[in-house]
This record gives sequence, structure tokens and C-alpha cells, in this order.
Amino acid sequence: MNIEPVTPQPQPHQRRLLPPRLVRQAPLLELRGLSKRYGRIVAVQGVNLELYPGETVGIVGESGSGKSTVLRMLNLEEATDTGTYHLAVPGFTGQNLFALDRFHQRQLRIQQIGIVYQQPHMGLRMQATSGGNVAERLIMAGERRFATLRRAASDALASSEFPADRIDDPPAVLSGGMQQRVQLAKAIALRPALLLLDEPTTGLDVSIQALVLDTLLRLRRERQITTLIVSHDLGVIRTLADRVLVMRHGAVVECGLTDQILDDPQHPYTQQLVSARL
Amino acid sequence: MSLASLAHPRQDFSYGFLDAFAKRELRRRMLKAIAIPGFQVPYASRELPIARGWGTGGLQVTLSIVSPTDTLKVIDQGADDSVNAANLRRFIARMTSVATTTDTLAATVIQSRHRVPEERLREGQVLVLQVPDPEPLRQVQPDSSRAREMHADADYAQMWLTLYEQLVRFGRFMQGASYPVLVHGRYLMSPSPIPRWDTPALHQAAHLTLLSAGREKRLYAVPPYTDVRPIEFEDVFFQVENMAGRICMLTGARNKFMDELPVAEGGSQFRLSDTGYAAKLLRRARGDAATLGATYFDDEGHFYQPGVIRAE
Repeated sequence: MNIEPVTPQPQPHQRRLLPPRLVRQAPLLELRGLSKRYGRIVAVQGVNLELYPGETVGIVGESGSGKSTVLRMLNLEEATDTGTYHLAVPGFTGQNLFALDRFHQRQLRIQQIGIVYQQPHMGLRMQATSGGNVAERLIMAGERRFATLRRAASDALASSEFPADRIDDPPAVLSGGMQQRVQLAKAIALRPALLLLDEPTTGLDVSIQALVLDTLLRLRRERQITTLIVSHDLGVIRTLADRVLVMRHGAVVECGLTDQILDDPQHPYTQQLVSARL
Repeated sequence: MSLASLAHPRQDFSYGFLDAFAKRELRRRMLKAIAIPGFQVPYASRELPIARGWGTGGLQVTLSIVSPTDTLKVIDQGADDSVNAANLRRFIARMTSVATTTDTLAATVIQSRHRVPEERLREGQVLVLQVPDPEPLRQVQPDSSRAREMHADADYAQMWLTLYEQLVRFGRFMQGASYPVLVHGRYLMSPSPIPRWDTPALHQAAHLTLLSAGREKRLYAVPPYTDVRPIEFEDVFFQVENMAGRICMLTGARNKFMDELPVAEGGSQFRLSDTGYAAKLLRRARGDAATLGATYFDDEGHFYQPGVIRAE
């Protein structure tokens, strides 16, 4: 959390109203004019995004609307066509992250960005142990003490509510919900500044989904990690997100506070999305 | 009809069998490999009258660096008299008229498969190791172009993950021969399938080591006095094979790398793997003159440089 500016002590009789937190703080993440084409297909066009420290922002939209592409580009996995990306973390403040060389991009990705994919096999080594999967994050950051790796792995797995006795089982033999918990532990092991969640609970049944969401909520409360969550499930977004962006055909059609967007959608597409029922 | 009458006369071949262009290319690649310790330099591996996989990499390096004033030793798994070593030695001697020896101290060029001699190599000596697979990342990254990217990024985390997994599953490091090493703090290198026993011998060594894989068309080098560190954790250390209690049945030597020979009624006997060293020990035991060099491991099993093999 940022240190608040020193303000003169208010007189007891006149209550001084501070502007909302979002206005006072500098954004942690600033994305401007992000565009990406795959040949003729425009995947993302002109997406702007700010994330303030500690908040959770959701991106909703139908399949193919470009929301996962945005997430991949934020994780610096994929090159962009245009756009600037700033992250206010030590050592990288004021730099356009898209323009960094691959060495620094890798450093940043290891230290400051955690990601949870929809498919666990994209984020995990299915044959290595769960503890090893989490420990790899620390090894990448240069940790070379076995005891430390072991302790950090079990700590991270415990905070994602993974059962301690299964730490040496490979993700290949775990259930889908457990695999997501291993991914989450791996993502938060180094206490990153930014957590990216790509449909983290899609593909889980409703009861397991609720448990994983509980874990995410608790983590958000305890660690106050700035989180960007991509989902087409409005229930997930309503549970987790403070603000929400609605994407369609690669562009943001509407954005605002979650309750405002979901209860009083202005854009026809959002209205359709909110009222859609099977 | 003899083989000699069928073969071309000696003068039909250029010196060292390889043509001048091949030797020049190899020497340039070797210089580059020495300049970037541990980096795999690609080269155009030539056809030789032995099959790929039988030491053609090492042979090409040897053929392009020997001169008539050199003395050559060729070993295979420590033995000077195995078929592979004998064939290579005869071929190199025929093509370069180099003197051959089994004495490590007398040799200037030593071509070896799977072993480093027990006696310490000195400045000016060249050790040529035959390499079947030069890529230390093969087990974690089957795609070689991706593995080259990992070398470029010094992205070796997966090797330590492998160590972590081995400790969790088996309680110790499981890699036997070809134990990966970090050269000069930069490139991960496969030291060819030498046993772990021989890996520390490359660290801050006085001699030059050239490693060459003929089939994979890659060569790399460890220049003299270069750091060669086996991968390990800061609290769990690399260990060599335990040779304590093994006594050579021929020479009575101890704390050297031994071959294990099963005996008929069960159990096993041990014999020095380095036959050149064993022959000298036997000569001295008979009372003949034999100059024994200092060895990498003394008779108590201590490595000659303290702090290289760390105790638990």
C-alpha cells in the first residue's frame, strides 16, 4: 500500500473528506492503446487499462473477444503490435515493458507477475511433484537452498489451501481443483505485484468452484495482491472483482464498478450478456 | 590378399587423414570453444573410416591437433588395451606417425572415452574427450533449438528442479556419469559420460580439455584454470562415487576409481579402472623403475584441491 500524503490535521468540527483511494493513488499497472492482429483477424484493438494497488479488475466477454490475448500480452508471453505497458514495481518504473529485452522481460515475469491458466498443463509440469512445481518459481529467481525451497513450497501451497500430505504428488494424479491450487501457489510463491487469472475456475464443478473462489477471496483480503481476472462467468466476476471491463471483438465496450455494470448495464451488448440465461 | 595390399599407400592420404580445410575448420572451432568455455560450437563433422558413435568427434579433434613431436595416449573406460582404444591409437599413429604411450605423464595428447586418468594432468597436456550427447539439457528439453535458447538465457532452473525432484523422491542426487557442470559460472556443460569421480578433476585444471561429439557435430572446451562446478544445492552437495573400502585386487591400491568384477561364488572384486596407472604400480611393486605422478585423490580419498567436494 502506498503511503498517504501528509495532510493537515482536520479541525474537530469540520470533517475533512479525502478523495477516494483510487483517485489518490498512482496506478500499479497502466496499459495504453494495446492492439494485436493475427493476419487479417483483429484480436485486440485499442485497449486501455489501469489497475490500482490492491484492487481486483475483471474482464468479461464472449469467447474470441480477445480477453485471454490481453492477459497473455500482460504476462509478456506474446508480442504486441502497438501499445505501452507500465508497471510501477522497483527497477521497472517508467519503462515500457513491451520494449524490454527478453532477459529483463523474463526477470520481471518471474519476480512480479503470477499467472493461473484455465488449463493446468499450461502452467504446471504435470510429472514433477506439486512442491517442485512451486519451488521452480524460487529456483528461477535464484534460490539454491533445498531446505528453503521446501519450506517456501509448503508455505505457498498451504496458503492456497492445498493439503500438506499431497505436496509430493505430481499434478497429473491430482483433481482439477487441486491442480488449480498448485497453479495458484506457484503464482503467489514469490509474492508478485500482479496476479493474472485466466478463467481460473472454468472446468470445475460448482462446489469446487466455490471453494477455489473462497481461497482467492481470502488471498485477496490477506495479501492485497493486485489481480486481473478474465472470465466469461459473471458469477465469478461478481464475487471477486471491484471493477469490470466488458470486451467484444477485441475492444472494450463498457467499464465501471462491478455492481454498476452488472446491475445497470448501459451498452446493448452488456445488457445482452447480463440478461443471458440458458 | 592382405588388407595392406588393398588399402591406398600411406602417401595417398594427407597428414592426419583429414584434408587441410577440415583441419583448419576444426582448429578455428576449437579456438572459439576455448574462448567461450563450455559453449557448444557447431562444426562440420567429417566422414572417417570408423562409424559415428565410436569416437569420431574425439578422433577429428586429435587428428587436427597432433604433430609428429607429440606423444599420444588413447583410453577407453580407463583401459589402454580395449578394442576401441587400440583401434583409434593404431589409426592415429599410422596417419600422423605420432609416438604412443600408456603412461599419462609421458603423453602430451590424451584421447579418452568415459574417464579422466587418475594421475593429475599438468600444463601443456591436452585431454580430448569423446562425447555421445553434448546437450546437458536433453533430459529436460528434448527440442535442441529450444535448449539453445535456454543456454542463451542461462535458464537452467529446470536442472535444479530435477535435483529437487530427485531429493524428494530418492533422498539423493541420482545422476551417475555425465553429471552436469556449470563452466566459468556461465554455460551448463555435459562433461561427457565420465563418472562423478572424475568431474572435480576438471575444476581449475592445469590442462586443456576438448570435448567433441562427432555424430552431434558439436565441440566445446574447458580451458586451463577454469571453474567447473557440478550443479548442487547450497545445503545438499554433489558427491563422488563412494570408493571407500574397495581395494584393487592386482595392485592393492585404494581410493581410486575401481571396476567391479563379480565373482562366481557371489560378491565382487575390484580392479583399478585406469590400466596405465595400474601397470606402473605393478612395475614398481616388482622393483622396476616407474615414475608415479600425483593423483587427483590421495590414498585416504581426499581430493587434491580442498573445498571442491564439500562434506555434508
